[in-house]
Amino acid sequence: MALKHLMSPLDLSVEELETMMDLADDIRSHPEKYAHVCDGKRLATLFYEPSTRTRLSFEAAMMNLGGTVLGFSSADNSSAAKGESVADTIRVVSCYADIAAIRHPKEGAPLVASMKSLIPVINAGDGGHQHPTQTLTDLLTIRNLKGHFEGLTIGLCGDLKFGRTVHSLITALSRYHNIQFCLISPPELRVPSYVIEELKEKGIPYAEVVRLDEDTMKGLDILYMTRVQKERFFNEEDYIRMKDFYVLDREKLEQAPKDMYIMHPLPRVNEISVEVDDDPRAQYFFQAQCGVYIRSALIMTLLGLAKEN
Amino acid sequence: MLNIGAIKEGFVLDHIKAGKAMTIYHDLRLDKLDCTVAIIKNAQSSKMGRKDIIKVECSIDYLDLDVLGFIDHNITVNVIKDEEIIEKRALKLPSQVVDVIKCHNPRCITSIEQGLHHIFVLTDEKTETYRCKYCEEAARKRD
Ligand SMILES: [Zn+2]
Repeated sequence: MALKHLMSPLDLSVEELETMMDLADDIRSHPEKYAHVCDGKRLATLFYEPSTRTRLSFEAAMMNLGGTVLGFSSADNSSAAKGESVADTIRVVSCYADIAAIRHPKEGAPLVASMKSLIPVINAGDGGHQHPTQTLTDLLTIRNLKGHFEGLTIGLCGDLKFGRTVHSLITALSRYHNIQFCLISPPELRVPSYVIEELKEKGIPYAEVVRLDEDTMKGLDILYMTRVQKERFFNEEDYIRMKDFYVLDREKLEQAPKDMYIMHPLPRVNEISVEVDDDPRAQYFFQAQCGVYIRSALIMTLLGLAKEN
Repeated sequence: MLNIGAIKEGFVLDHIKAGKAMTIYHDLRLDKLDCTVAIIKNAQSSKMGRKDIIKVECSIDYLDLDVLGFIDHNITVNVIKDEEIIEKRALKLPSQVVDVIKCHNPRCITSIEQGLHHIFVLTDEKTETYRCKYCEEAARKRD
């Protein structure tokens, strides 16, 4: 595969993505086969802002392959605090590690790193811009749950305005046939117009609704819940009004189809009640697991260790 | 019209919006070259009222004028060889522009990282949209 770095989910063609997901599935079914493929290899996790979940997922993904990890988990205990540029940091890290995952609050920082790097760079989230491994995780999860993407109706619920995972997922899924979207959000948190324009241009059917009820959930294959992020709001009042707009509890779930799977990028706040966790349709912990498999597959691919089968 | 003398070989950039010649002088990096440059400000124009003109005496393979397509494609480029106009070059949109405009997105890495080129990439020819290579924010056209 010609892929050198991963900056955006669209860096991968549909075929390349299929190959990578096949590898992720094989890692999941035969972990022992892959336990030493990265022996002697090092992953650097350069996290300029804390994101424990994503960092641990990357570290587990590397360790499952026999590799080791090093790095920092926030800017204040790193060279960045001393004013070192991203470009310089990656050049130095290129001497210590074989591959790097970078999270940075500024948009485009991982791209800057990839332009100066001697080793493959993975964008592990750059502000509100891209978070490609989350999108790959979501796709792998959906493929595992449904077996395919064609003809699926995907419901996306919550903060659709600021939630970048939602925008990336819509774009990534738009490449498959007969996909449909149901966009469920309060009027204040509707998807941005450029996303709607994109759907219209590609002729992809979508509906925008406010209520998460029986009628809305009818016909959904996946219900993807998102959290309303406090930092997106200018005042506390708006946030409080929005944060409990949707709460998926057992009672609500009774109105949902039997084969409608629930996903969530985690961490959750109130939008999915804990009592739902035991329902077989709740798949957000499986989703977190898929995140490790796809990151393992990605690391192998970028290191040139994924054999074409 | 004020005549600065004929050019043997080079370019006459005509129909520049009045007052913009100096900006274009810098955008084309003419300050970095040692060729002869004449800048005419506020010339009379039947089409525009007033306009600016830049005359550059240099080898015609020498100067990269692509950036003009981004700045203003109403500018006319006359290519001069042996004191005659041999070509009126149409301006097309360049595929990218480097260090001509800056990204205005405060969340963009270019706002803090030193030594980065400000690169904008043509993403939609129809709407003439350029986006920051790093954060993908759409460029604001300069006036
Ligand atoms: Zn930018």
